[in-house]
Amino acid sequence: MISHLRTMWLVFRHLFQKKVTVQYPEEKVPLYPRWRGRIVLTKDPDGGERCVGCYLCAAACPVDCIALQATENEEGRRYPEFFRINFSRCIFCGYCEEACPTYAIQLIPDFEMAEYNRQDLVYEKEDLLIDSQGKYPGYNFYNVAGLDAGVKEKGKGEDEETPVDIKSLLP
Amino acid sequence: MTVMQHIWIVLGVLFVFLNIAAGLIWVERRLLALWQDRLGPNRAGPLGLFIVLADTLKLFFKEDWIPPFADKWVFILAPAIVVASVLMGIAIIPFAPGIVVADLNVGLMFFLAMSSLGVYSIVLGGWASNNKYSLLGALRGASQMIAYEVFMGLSLMGVVMLSKSFNLTDIVNAQKGLWFVVTQPIGFVVFFIAGLAETHRLPFDIPEAESELIAGFHSEYSGMKFGMFFIGEYLGISLISAMTATLFFGGWLGPAFLPPVVWFFLKTFLFIGLFILLRASLPRPRYDQLMGYGWKLLLPLVLLNLLVTGAIALWLRS
Amino acid sequence: MPTIYIDNKPFDVKTGKNLLEACLSLGIDLPYFCWHPAMGSVGACRQCAIKVFKDEEDTRGRLVMSCMEGVKDGMRISVNDETAKAFRSQVIEWLMTNHPHDCPVCDEGGCCHLQDMTVMSGHNYRHYHFKKRTYPNQYLGPLINHEMNRCIQCYRCVRFYHDYAGGKDLNVFAAHNHVYFGREKDGVLESPFSGNLAEVCPTGVFTDKTLKEHYTRKWDLTNAPSVCQHCSLGCNTIAGERYGQLRNIVNRYNHEVNGYFLCDKGRFGYEFVNSENRITQPLIRNQPIEATEHDTVLQYMRALVTGHNLIGIGSPRASLESNYALLELVGKENFYQGVPDDLVYVEQKIVDILQSGTVHTPSLKEIEQADAVLVLGEDIWNTAPIMALAVRQSVMKTAATHTTEQLPIPTWHDAAIKELVQEDKGFLANITMLPSPLDEISSSSMKAAPDDMARLGFAIAHILNPSLPEVRNAGEELLSYAATISKALQAAKHPVIITGTSCWNNALIRAAFDIAAALDMNEKKAGLAFVMQDCNSMGLAMTRASSFDRAVAAIQRTTNVTAIILENDLYRSIPAAKADTFFNKCKHIVVLDTLHNRTTEKAHVLIPAATFAEADGTFVNNEARAQRSSQVFMPANSEIRESFKWLADIKSLVTTASNGHGKHMDDLLHALEARLPQFAGVSRVAPPHDFRIHGARIPRESHRYSGRTAMLANLTVSEPKPLQDDDSSLSYTMEGYRGLPPSPLIPFFWAPGWNSGQSVTKYQEEAGGALKGGDPGIRLFEQTTAPPVFSKDIPDAFTPRAGKWMLLPQYHIFGSGELSVYTKGIASLSAEPYVSLSRRDAEQSQLKNGDTVAVKTDGKTYTLPLSINESLPDGIILVPAGLTGMEALSWGAWVNLSTVIV
Repeated sequence: MISHLRTMWLVFRHLFQKKVTVQYPEEKVPLYPRWRGRIVLTKDPDGGERCVGCYLCAAACPVDCIALQATENEEGRRYPEFFRINFSRCIFCGYCEEACPTYAIQLIPDFEMAEYNRQDLVYEKEDLLIDSQGKYPGYNFYNVAGLDAGVKEKGKGEDEETPVDIKSLLP
Repeated sequence: MTVMQHIWIVLGVLFVFLNIAAGLIWVERRLLALWQDRLGPNRAGPLGLFIVLADTLKLFFKEDWIPPFADKWVFILAPAIVVASVLMGIAIIPFAPGIVVADLNVGLMFFLAMSSLGVYSIVLGGWASNNKYSLLGALRGASQMIAYEVFMGLSLMGVVMLSKSFNLTDIVNAQKGLWFVVTQPIGFVVFFIAGLAETHRLPFDIPEAESELIAGFHSEYSGMKFGMFFIGEYLGISLISAMTATLFFGGWLGPAFLPPVVWFFLKTFLFIGLFILLRASLPRPRYDQLMGYGWKLLLPLVLLNLLVTGAIALWLRS
Repeated sequence: MPTIYIDNKPFDVKTGKNLLEACLSLGIDLPYFCWHPAMGSVGACRQCAIKVFKDEEDTRGRLVMSCMEGVKDGMRISVNDETAKAFRSQVIEWLMTNHPHDCPVCDEGGCCHLQDMTVMSGHNYRHYHFKKRTYPNQYLGPLINHEMNRCIQCYRCVRFYHDYAGGKDLNVFAAHNHVYFGREKDGVLESPFSGNLAEVCPTGVFTDKTLKEHYTRKWDLTNAPSVCQHCSLGCNTIAGERYGQLRNIVNRYNHEVNGYFLCDKGRFGYEFVNSENRITQPLIRNQPIEATEHDTVLQYMRALVTGHNLIGIGSPRASLESNYALLELVGKENFYQGVPDDLVYVEQKIVDILQSGTVHTPSLKEIEQADAVLVLGEDIWNTAPIMALAVRQSVMKTAATHTTEQLPIPTWHDAAIKELVQEDKGFLANITMLPSPLDEISSSSMKAAPDDMARLGFAIAHILNPSLPEVRNAGEELLSYAATISKALQAAKHPVIITGTSCWNNALIRAAFDIAAALDMNEKKAGLAFVMQDCNSMGLAMTRASSFDRAVAAIQRTTNVTAIILENDLYRSIPAAKADTFFNKCKHIVVLDTLHNRTTEKAHVLIPAATFAEADGTFVNNEARAQRSSQVFMPANSEIRESFKWLADIKSLVTTASNGHGKHMDDLLHALEARLPQFAGVSRVAPPHDFRIHGARIPRESHRYSGRTAMLANLTVSEPKPLQDDDSSLSYTMEGYRGLPPSPLIPFFWAPGWNSGQSVTKYQEEAGGALKGGDPGIRLFEQTTAPPVFSKDIPDAFTPRAGKWMLLPQYHIFGSGELSVYTKGIASLSAEPYVSLSRRDAEQSQLKNGDTVAVKTDGKTYTLPLSINESLPDGIILVPAGLTGMEALSWGAWVNLSTVIV
């Protein structure tokens, strides 16, 4: 009984404490770099699209709001033919960013993307692609992958030996 | 008093209480917010007061849906009962000398009768909804009401003994020397707890219990029918607060620098605030704890209180 | 049954299996790479290590490769032993030291055996800090992609391509840690089974190049069990769809039919479904706007089908349901096969033989297990490739069986057996017109004209059963062949005779039957397998409808004819002149088909039919096994519908009773059974449309299917209701029963931890055995004790005629198919049109290779370049059948030739 009264007293005292409410449109919300907001597709240091269309973000998405189609240029570099995020379904969980093996898809600290028309919340690749490397500057997936896709030749990668000469019997 | 005066008093009381009930939407949300270090509704109108209008409008414009599996007429009737019975209860409250709708000589009995009638709305609403959660809520409401009605009545018997009357004006006048809260502290505590249970407010909102029964007896209600339950609850709070002020805190009595009506409402609002503070601070007990608490603790306590009060009254008389 | 103890729990296992097979059959997850149920064990990858204990007291045990150790009664092993687990995890870490960081751009990702095994054995962190080995890639043709960096040296590709399928141009090169799997130099893989490399390879070295064009991960495909449409074998396939396009075909294991492998035509020949040449709208010709829609075309059809004499032309590539719906609409007597008379005659003979039940017709599995095979006059390499693969296994395995009978070496011990067998082979006699890759493994191969091949057959039958008539004027050579072959067939326990319709020769069928029946009388369990031309040739032939020539004759007698032609390009099988005669006599021509072709040009009303991927249907394969092919996706264009649905709608215009309306295919099959009793059992081919497991459907989509709320969001942001499939118990959602479905309804193979096709083990009774619940398909004819009726009519020896040549078709695996050439890769591998003559004939006519030759037939002249064929018998002219732009010719006719001076 005493503890009940004490609880009531403690709660009552909060009447006079500082309020945490941020009066949003007038006051701005402080957003930190890792804040999970609007989703963007970034570019690698050479200005090429980072997304290789591996479908992992789409598979990771718990609300299935990412759809894409991978395609390939003549050099064998993969990129998405289309990349669509239905933000009216997105829950900003960030799983797509976690799943992305190329740092292409990133969630940025921006949440001011409300629309009057729900259809306008469907973002295509043109709406998602930004001309920046985002949070991971300097990374280019094709430099560390084994595939020759026009970025580096076989054997020229960071951890690669020159290609094997299969006609040689030397050890 | 003329008929016109009566009509004015009736209309005035209705107006005041319905507005208090509606205003409590705002009061409760603001107070809860403040106790949680937030601001609460502060956007619509000055201090966010128009939230009351907005909420009311919202309730009016929501789809008023009667589930096809429900018992239609009972379903419609249930929310009306709660509002009607509470409003009837308010009729016997003396706000100030002469300002009372019905100065009954069995006023207290009438109040107890009316507050018990309120349970019909819960039972019928839960039954008519034809939904297992609603029915469970209704059953809980009924048994809770039966348990707490017993010692609510008993807790007031000390007051009746001391004032020697069931008439509320007499009871207030009997407190001119000393408020009954001093002579009847146990009676006050038990009455207030029973009042919480009667209005099924937190922590005793067992019949609704969102986390267990998904809103219990009014799960299936929407629109203004839900609004009636909503308003009924706030009216209930106001009634119990007003009764507490009347029975234990001297009603309109107070130093003369404020008119009696103001004293009355000041005291009433204090208890309304207490109701909200309880909601903000205490967790909901388990159902069996609630029943055990009522039957095993409060009932013996209130019987003891009755015995001691009676004994002292007899001793004083002799 | 031996009992073995795995981690101290007793299990009953089958004798003669190795421990890996035993563990997998028991459902224990044990990683492996080089072992393959169809190819046995070589112990190359060291991945399947387990502990074997000497006895109950032994606690140390020793590590062994489970695939190299047979089961013994009372054996005690441990799969979960810490040392074994650590060993497996280290082995995979070594394998991964050179594996590139490619998974995001690798087509194998998501159905990768290497990924599964890595996760299963627990390796997750790379401790090796040195550089990765790299390899140059090779161009391997339009169907298979090569990315050699990903190789883990399991040798499965060479073991399949070289050892199992007999391909010569893929091998292992270089030495030590530089071994390289590829061709000697860049070039198109020659084997028509190269597509299986994509499934056999446990990682992404060999991948499907056609899938790369429109890449989709396995988890994103909407899959359904299908039946291959490109030959008569009815291989089981899984077809996958995404965004309204058919994306790939993979093998669907059926122990009795195709087992683990598909041919390239079946695997890659799916792109016609996505073709721009598809018919997408009903057309009513000769009006200002020809394209119309469902209701209008039906309104128009009402006048065409009432008050007119109806003639229905069925199709050997349409489903049984569609053919029967047409038969119902036009009446049995007005229903004709869209097949020329000569072929119907041959096919009818085959159906007669099968229906009589005097001989057993083997499944492909039984052909694999045969110990002597005689191929009589059918070029199975081109007309039934997977049967050729089965024949090859029979030849290779017979030798192995001979060896294992004498030495205590189990059949799964692949390398040891190869070492023992060396060049020893089982018996195969490949009697064809032209040389075939099968000749290399044949003990006896004779190249002759069809009649001569039939005479050889009769000669063999005569030796096996002397009461049969003797072949008159038989040459020395023929008799010596007959003697060798009959001796080998006599010595065998399960001989199989294979023949078919590609020579358009009736005598071949009779001769093959006589041999099989004669062998049967000699207490052999002989099998007689036939090869037909199209995926439902057998089903159509079993209706015993008349040939197209009869339809032409019938139309001459009647007027006011509305002809309804079902999914059949008549110009591909009927000489143009005859087809034109038919069309000219028709008052109205209604064509239902999927792709625009010469026949659809003739149509007055053209109705868009669904392809196999958009339709449910039942197909009867060469062994009269009815199999269900399920709808993979509903076309977004609702005008494209199954032919039987269109025909049911048209029928409801004619009959007042609504029995033609809103019919389920189940009802159609029941009606078919009632009307044509030879189809009894066909309704049991798959569970009925209202079949549910615990009230749930079987989902076509995997539980990881992605993009559900975004795929169509560009059209409208509100998601449409999931499609409802009223014809089968498969659903178009991710929800439903996730356990083991009935075998005809397996939409894809997947098991927890097993994302690749290797998960099929979890669906099998035992590793490499039948599917749980029995293999799909209902065999419509079974062997009875009916006495055989031998044929007495032996053709005369083939003699060349002066100035005339017998015109015969040559089928090509790539190019002869009507639908498969819509795949660009297959089209690029297709043969160019040519005519073939024997060297002597060419020299007599003073022709050289490449000379333009004019062939005169059916009143038309076709000019084609000459290609001299050394082994072609004299007096025969071969023209490739069914190439794009080539007309159907009167096969078997005698034609004139002339040189064209350019």
